Amino acid sequence: MTPEGLRYTEDHEWVKIDGDIAIIGITDYAQKQLTDIVFVELPEKGKHVTKGTSAGALESVKSVSDILSPMTGEVLETNQDLADNPQLINEDPYGKGWLFKIKISDPAEAETLLDLVAYTDITKEA
Amino acid sequence: MKTIFAKGNRKGHVFNDIDIDQRFLRKELLIPDFCETDVVRHYVSLERMNHGVDNGFYPLGSCTMKYNPKVNEWAASLFASIHPLTKDNRGCLTLMTELSSMLCKITGMAEFTLSPAAGAHGELTGVMILRKHFGDTRSKILIPDSAHGTNPASAALCGFSVVEIKSDARGNIDLSDLKEKMADDVAGLMVTNPNTLGLFDENIMEVTRIVHENGGLVYCDGANMNPLLGRVRPADFGADIIHLNLHKTFSTPHGGGGPGSGPVGVVGSLRKYLPVPRIVEGTFSYDFPDSIGQMRSFWSNFGVLVKAYCYFLALGEDGLYQVSEYSVLNANYLKNRLKKTFHLPFDRPCMHEFVICDEGMPNNVTTNDIAKRLIDFGIHPPTVYFPLIVKGAMMIEPTETESKETLDKFCEVMEQIRRDAEDNPEILKNAPNNAPVRRLDAVKAAREPILREIL
Repeated sequence: MTPEGLRYTEDHEWVKIDGDIAIIGITDYAQKQLTDIVFVELPEKGKHVTKGTSAGALESVKSVSDILSPMTGEVLETNQDLADNPQLINEDPYGKGWLFKIKISDPAEAETLLDLVAYTDITKEA
Repeated sequence: MKTIFAKGNRKGHVFNDIDIDQRFLRKELLIPDFCETDVVRHYVSLERMNHGVDNGFYPLGSCTMKYNPKVNEWAASLFASIHPLTKDNRGCLTLMTELSSMLCKITGMAEFTLSPAAGAHGELTGVMILRKHFGDTRSKILIPDSAHGTNPASAALCGFSVVEIKSDARGNIDLSDLKEKMADDVAGLMVTNPNTLGLFDENIMEVTRIVHENGGLVYCDGANMNPLLGRVRPADFGADIIHLNLHKTFSTPHGGGGPGSGPVGVVGSLRKYLPVPRIVEGTFSYDFPDSIGQMRSFWSNFGVLVKAYCYFLALGEDGLYQVSEYSVLNANYLKNRLKKTFHLPFDRPCMHEFVICDEGMPNNVTTNDIAKRLIDFGIHPPTVYFPLIVKGAMMIEPTETESKETLDKFCEVMEQIRRDAEDNPEILKNAPNNAPVRRLDAVKAAREPILREIL
């Protein structure tokens, strides 16, 4: 089930914006495409990440994919549970499988993110 | 599957009159101890379970798993007792000099270094040359989305950031994307031609012109040199640096952990950056202040050089011309027959390999199932799920050394698999059914790897 109130990128990340904090993960569609995730590389706490550039990587049995940060900001926290349990991303992509939290530097970037309807259209095309 | 090590720690023999001071001898050696017969049987049994070009078809795309003449192994063994510090090494130096000029001749480059020990090591050498040439003035390298995974790794190791270039609908580099991204902070383009779809880039002259016009250099990944031998010299289509995989194209088996060899060739203006030592007038010279330095101890994997040298001499120019002809002919023969049964995303004449995929397969049969089922027929699966730009890719490279009968047999097996996907999908889903080990749990193996045999 897709939770309410999330924003999305064309690269299949979701963002939950709460004031100046954004929680970032990948969508259910993305985890299905990647298949079983076996290794997660997350940015270090305090690192500055830039919208649209690589902030880490997800490795599945099939391939390695960059995690492209959906927004610019400073990494506040990463999901420590993923190191031992990368399958959380497959099992609960919108909940326990979240990736990292950032402090948003440019709130205007949120305007460029997609809503659920626009994102669903993209996954239908693919 | 139990190996010899699980059979208990029996004492095979004891060192009695050993000529070493007792103080230096270990009381116990923590290695398995068996009689010679058991050891031989252990390794022969492993060998029987293995699959190689010598016991079956091996169409592993982009790996050029061709038959390598045994006589070249014999030739390499003649040099096995020569120490790299032997004073009179004129013969070896002559061989290296002549091999370098042969590589120059087929690629159009001005000079080759034989130092790099493998393909990715060659890439690293090439990108270090780019770094040396540009210093810190340019920070990016462009890499097409159809590239080998080692390309971005090599660029990143030298501190470049990687910018991906898209492929167009015909499988070529997208020219408008290239034009947009080729700026004055870009050191160059790493291009594989033919690319990993097995397609010769139809706009390669335009591609390299765009890069050069903006002051960049073109690095050619020469891993796919097999179909170009004697026909296309990469320097003529604008390559400034190239590495070749002697262990794929030139008579050393690919895979199995090496040793390999990845010589790097450059155009005249980049010669000064080549690794030391370089051979000057029949002797090794280290006197090149602009060199990127030494890339490998001693004189590289010399045995591989011997095999390549013999391969060149045995085939000659006409022979090399035939190698490329048959490698392309075999691939196109397979492609045209298999496209009747499997989806072919890029339907145009290919070079040495081509990519089909699992699109439209019935009963949720995937590329993985097809690959595993091929093992039941004694055929090594193709490269699967690569290149990443084709979903469920199967990349098939028959090489020039397979007969028409083998190619026909492979097609029949693939057609049988396609029928079974329709009528008997379980046999695919459970495959391999008669290999020494059954379908492995790839997820569990990655998440909970067992790296030692539990005795």
